This record gives sequence, C-alpha cells and structure tokens, in this order.
Amino acid sequence: MNETYYERRDLEDFPHIGEYAPEPGAKFFEYYATATSAGKLTAREKALIALAVATVRHCPYCIDAYTNKCLSLGVGNDEMMEAVHVGAALVAGDTLAHATQMRKIIKQKEM
Amino acid sequence: MMHQATSRTDPADAFIERLTDCGAFPLRASGIDILQLNITRRCNLSCKHCHVQAGPRRTEMMSRETMTRCIEVAGTEEISTIDITGGTPEMHQDLEWLIIKLAALKKRLIVRSNLLVMLEPAYRRYLDVFAANKVELVGSLPDCNAEKSDRQRGVGTFERVLQAIGELNQRSYGVPGSGLRLHLVHNPVGAYLPGPQAALEAEYRRLLGDRHGLSFNTLFCLVNTPIGRYLDYLKRSGNLSDYMRALQCAFNPQTVTSVMCRTTLSVGWDGRLYDCDFNQMLNLTVNSGAPDHIEAFDYARLAGREIMVRSHCFACTAGAGSSCQGALKT
Repeated sequence: MNETYYERRDLEDFPHIGEYAPEPGAKFFEYYATATSAGKLTAREKALIALAVATVRHCPYCIDAYTNKCLSLGVGNDEMMEAVHVGAALVAGDTLAHATQMRKIIKQKEM
Repeated sequence: MMHQATSRTDPADAFIERLTDCGAFPLRASGIDILQLNITRRCNLSCKHCHVQAGPRRTEMMSRETMTRCIEVAGTEEISTIDITGGTPEMHQDLEWLIIKLAALKKRLIVRSNLLVMLEPAYRRYLDVFAANKVELVGSLPDCNAEKSDRQRGVGTFERVLQAIGELNQRSYGVPGSGLRLHLVHNPVGAYLPGPQAALEAEYRRLLGDRHGLSFNTLFCLVNTPIGRYLDYLKRSGNLSDYMRALQCAFNPQTVTSVMCRTTLSVGWDGRLYDCDFNQMLNLTVNSGAPDHIEAFDYARLAGREIMVRSHCFACTAGAGSSCQGALKT
C-alpha cells in the first residue's frame, strides 16, 4: 500500500470506478460524457468550466485532466487563468455573501 | 519470413501486446496507396518537435537517378497518391522537375511545406509552380496562437506563415471549389495529445478566418511521435515517462486497421524503403523478405509486407489516431 492518498496514476483508474457497482457506474459515465461533451456549449467552453470547478474543488485529478484537455483543445494559458479567476471570485463572493449571516446576528444581538 | 522479436526486453513489447490483444499482430500492409518521398532533410527552420531533425545544415538530397526510379514506381496502377516531404522539399534543386514529371501521371500529388519558405526570393516561384501543377499543399501551423506556434518553430514564423497563406489564397489555394487544396497541420506545442480534430479545426477557422480573413480546406491533427527532436524535448523536460503512458492509455483498437503504414510506402533520400517516415528516421527499413530499396521495388512483395512496429507506434493509435492525413477517426 502506498503511503500517500493521492497518486498521479490514480487518474488512470478513473475508468474503472464502476467496479463493485457496475450499473450506477455505467450510468454515471453516460451522464459524465453527455454533460462534458460539446452541446449548446463548445467542447472548449465546457473544458474551461470544468477546469474552474476542478480548481475550486481542489481536485488534483480533475485539474490534471482538464488542464491537459484545455491544452489539447488549443485553449490559451491566459484563458485558463481567467477561468480560474472566475472560480476564485465566486469562492470569494460566496464567502462574503455568508457574512450576511454574521451581520444579521450582530444586528440582532447588539444593543 | 521472420517475425519481430518479442522478448520481454524489446521496447516494442507493449505495442505488440496491444496488437496481439486485438488480433492484429503481425500488422501487415494492405496494399500501397500512397508513395511518400522524403527528398531532403534540409530545412530553413529547426523546429523543436521535428522528428526528421531537419535544419539548414542537413545535406541529404535525393539524387535525380533515384527520383527517376520513384517516378517509374509512382506510375504503378495501385498507387493513387504521391506525397512529397522533407525537410523542406522546396530546398531541393530538382523539386520543380520532379513535380512536372509526377503531375503528368494525373494522380493526387501532395507537397508538405512549411509555407513560409515560399516568401524567400529563391523559392517564391513555387507559389505558382504548385498552382500550375494542381499540387495539394499540406502546411505546418502547429497552433493558431502566435506565441505558442513561435515557441516551437522560431520567433516570427507564425506571422510569416499567415502571410504565405494569404499569398496562396490569392492564387485560390484553400478556396472551396477552386480545386487547389490547402490543408494545415496542427500538432501540440508540448507534452500533451491533440484534442478532437473537428473542434480544433473550428478554432483555427475562427482565428484565421475571422481575424485574418484567411481560408484553408482541412486541419490535420497530428500526435507528436516520440522520436527525433521531440524525443529529446521529452527527455530534457522530464516528460518522457508520462507522455508514453498517456499514449498507451489512449490506445484505441479501432485505429489499428486504418493506420497509415498499412497503405503507405515511404522512400528515403537514398532510395531505401520504410513503412513510414518515422521508421525512416530510426533507420528501420521494411522487414526482411521484402525489397528494401526503390531500385528493387516489387509491388506484389511489398503490398502485403509485415510492418515493423516499435513503441513509437503508440502515437498513431492514440485516441482518434494520427497519420500524415490527420486523425484516423473523426
């Protein structure tokens, strides 16, 4: 057993994630393929969304996969960084929006 | 006929195993549709990914005698396409003569060019020579981002290629319906695989067409093959192991029946015969039992020859597959 939880080669195991539960696994991959393939949005637009989400979610596998996918699709480094900033801004906004709860409590409690 | 070694230490093992798994080993040619002539290794550029390791100091040039034999062979009924490559074919002093002879055969005639060489005074005439002989052009443009493309090919090359495409468009190259076909070649500027050809072609059209008013017929997406300068880059940057794994993980059995080596015969500058241009750069001539020089060309013996495979062959079977005509499955 390896001593670390995350290994780069774990990503290669992703296609086998349906092991032990093949039916939901197969349904997941069908859904995953549909959701991430070109539709109304292009493949590169979806890859940029996925990259931003992967970064926000701190998923090393997804960051690896979608950085490579963006490179493969000819997405510029500046475009990738802009997408990550959208994710970062949303995280910052989400955090600040929750200050409303704090502010409401302060206003309720203070004399 | 001797089959290739399959000892556990053979670098081709992994590829042979994959072929065996899908019932395709030994891999055999299914005819000769394309005769590819590599007439020189000289080039005015020294691109970082070049599997030929071409450059201004290379001196290899196909002789007029060997060209003459190639023209005779190109007349073989079963061969439909003649594909001239290099190096930079325009830098061979006999290219114009060769084109006129081959054009007379009335077959599909391709020249692979870096395009920007035709902006140099010594080679400008080829803009018209190609058009007059209805040569199909395949031009390198690794990325439609100028900075990335220049990183691979040299500073300022992107702008000059765009200028050359403009000159070709003025001569109706790349204009639908003109009969003068201009294809562009994309290959990744780094240690990753190309995306879907259709998506990249749309991106090239958006950037070259909408921004620069340029047109082309088709985008060919090529997987970089780990030999030559590209192999040096992979080693130097510490990417070799990951890249080879990526190629192996992306192995697509559906590409095996249509890999280009099954219908191509590659001729080196000295007349030696190979299954493909990549094997040519590894000095891996066609296997024993089939003639390995153009002087001894024998269609019947070469048309069903066993293909020499090595680990670099994973580049042609990765994902949608890769060939000199772009992706195998679109």
